[in-house]
Amino acid sequence: MLNTLVKAVAPNMYRYDEFDAQFVGERVNQFAGQVARRLSGELTEDQFKPLRLMNGLYLQLHAYMLRIAVPYGTLSSKQMRKLAHIARTYDKNFGHFTTRTNLQFNWIKLVDVPKILRELADVEMHCIQTSGNCVRNVTSDQFAGATDEEIEDPRPLAEIIRQWSSLHPEFVFLARKFKIAVGATETDRAALQWHDMAVQIVKNAQGRVGYKVMAGGGMGRTPYIAHVMSEFVEREDILAYLEAVLRVYNQDSRRDNIHKQRIKILINAIGPEEMRRRVQREFEELKRMGTLQLPREELDRITAYFAAPKFEPGLSDIIPDAGPDFADWVKTNVHKHKAPGYAIATITLKTPGQVPGDATSEQMDTIADLMDQFSLGEVRVTHEQNLVLPHVRKRDLPAIYAKLRELDFASPNAGLITDIIACPGLDYCDLANARSIPIAQKLAKRFENLTRQHQIGELKIKISGCINACGHHHAGHIGILGVDKKGVEFYQLVLGGSGAEDASVGTIMGPGFGEHEIADAVERVVDVYLAERKDGERFLDTYRRIGMEKFKAAAYQGAAAA
Amino acid sequence: MAHQNQGLQMLTANRLRDGDVLYRKGDGWVLLLAQADIYPDQAGADAALAAATAELARNEFVAPYLFEVREVNGKIVPVKEREIIRAAGPTVHPHTGKQAGQLNA
Repeated sequence: MLNTLVKAVAPNMYRYDEFDAQFVGERVNQFAGQVARRLSGELTEDQFKPLRLMNGLYLQLHAYMLRIAVPYGTLSSKQMRKLAHIARTYDKNFGHFTTRTNLQFNWIKLVDVPKILRELADVEMHCIQTSGNCVRNVTSDQFAGATDEEIEDPRPLAEIIRQWSSLHPEFVFLARKFKIAVGATETDRAALQWHDMAVQIVKNAQGRVGYKVMAGGGMGRTPYIAHVMSEFVEREDILAYLEAVLRVYNQDSRRDNIHKQRIKILINAIGPEEMRRRVQREFEELKRMGTLQLPREELDRITAYFAAPKFEPGLSDIIPDAGPDFADWVKTNVHKHKAPGYAIATITLKTPGQVPGDATSEQMDTIADLMDQFSLGEVRVTHEQNLVLPHVRKRDLPAIYAKLRELDFASPNAGLITDIIACPGLDYCDLANARSIPIAQKLAKRFENLTRQHQIGELKIKISGCINACGHHHAGHIGILGVDKKGVEFYQLVLGGSGAEDASVGTIMGPGFGEHEIADAVERVVDVYLAERKDGERFLDTYRRIGMEKFKAAAYQGAAAA
Repeated sequence: MAHQNQGLQMLTANRLRDGDVLYRKGDGWVLLLAQADIYPDQAGADAALAAATAELARNEFVAPYLFEVREVNGKIVPVKEREIIRAAGPTVHPHTGKQAGQLNA
């Protein structure tokens, strides 16, 4: 640990009230009873499976996997230490931060789950609705409350949506899972348009703050970008509007075909115009009933939990000089903060060779210390499987960097080609067709040279081990999809996707490459970009300008595609 | 699944209480693939699966299924990558799983 005398700092984030604590406690007791009944044989596996999934518990290749919700990616140092403790006590000393900003443990024993859930409840955490056909963990912008770009902090609304959607009686058994994200900036760091439903906080022509609502985005087998349902929903109407969207989905979605059960399929089948009409009809009915208005005082009450910290006045706005390596890290991993003298720091869990998103107990403990000492007790988990210290004094950046170097988490690569998203893949996942992590590791080592990384610039590689797309391959500038051909792993290249404000669905290049060919193919694709790009063009820009053909010709050169 | 396989087969499941990977040996289970029974013909494989399925009510294991193996240099190995990884542990964390000698009692 950094300093055993570091005092835990309570950050400005939502804290359980009596009702929340009772609700989570009762849920733990309920699931503990269900586990006991399963072990005794009172419940069959078929009866137990939907119950465990609703509590984030999967059976994977080697053991049970427990997925812990990190609402809108916000964690306190106390919670981080608890996760480290659980990893140490009940798992194999590490955890995995996911693309849904949750944390997964891969080696959990069913018999330990009730104890783990009680430990989580002690720090106001749970696993409810991290799986199953329900509204999943609400995600948001990792810079929320810290960036000067936002209209307002999106976390209060994310928290209100979390409360509204937790065990909502109408939406506990949806046709399929339902993912919601909230953002408040033009720069989209939360992949809003890839969600089943997304809310962007906006201002209308009169300068009034309200909400743009989108729906029908999603990855998986049939990728779609979301459609706008309403350009502007008034503050007090937002829950009624979101409920209207969910109600139409719940009533009208197909439940007869697992591949056609997501809202994206419904919207694209009936057309966005018809969807808007149906939503509007439900919305007007909900408004007429008047039961789902969001009172200003309730919004204010929740917002108060997320009040901006008392930033120190008079701090220098200059980042101290601490050598060339530190300067490289600042260039990519340090971002503008709204308060003078402060910065936002990204900790990429992606040092070339590491498993993207993995952290050991010791690393989690030390990050908790960093949070307390330098970031007002808070960290954010990003959908790109990184962590963010949201409020750090610029003068402290060298000390933070020095500590991150000791942790091997100081790679200066945020947003660069080695900052790769990868799902757990066939190394752990029961659904996967191919491994993702070894491909990410191989590519990160291949492009490890920092000068080359900067020469390439922003390039997002995203890798999924199956069509379910947990590794967001459809949204990668270069996406990689693992496929199985008679028990052997192959990898398809997908070019031109984006998860940002310029969202787009990537295009499959063609047949897959073997495990030992895929890194060479990616390198040839990158070389085409470097040869073809015009001044200021990112990889994505060049691809959009010149199309697939040259990339494809180069990628397959010398490869035995399958 | 059983009828899609060809050649040598083995039977696997996950233990209920901890999820650990099990392999069928006789009318019981072992933790290591190398110690488990190999079924050279479909009839034997189907019989083993039927016996295991009948034992599901004991609530000791879940999801039994057959998978293909082959002999490579005198050693029995699964045909599919998935089963190779299940038998050993994650390739990216060689310090974990059966490959590291981590066998739950």
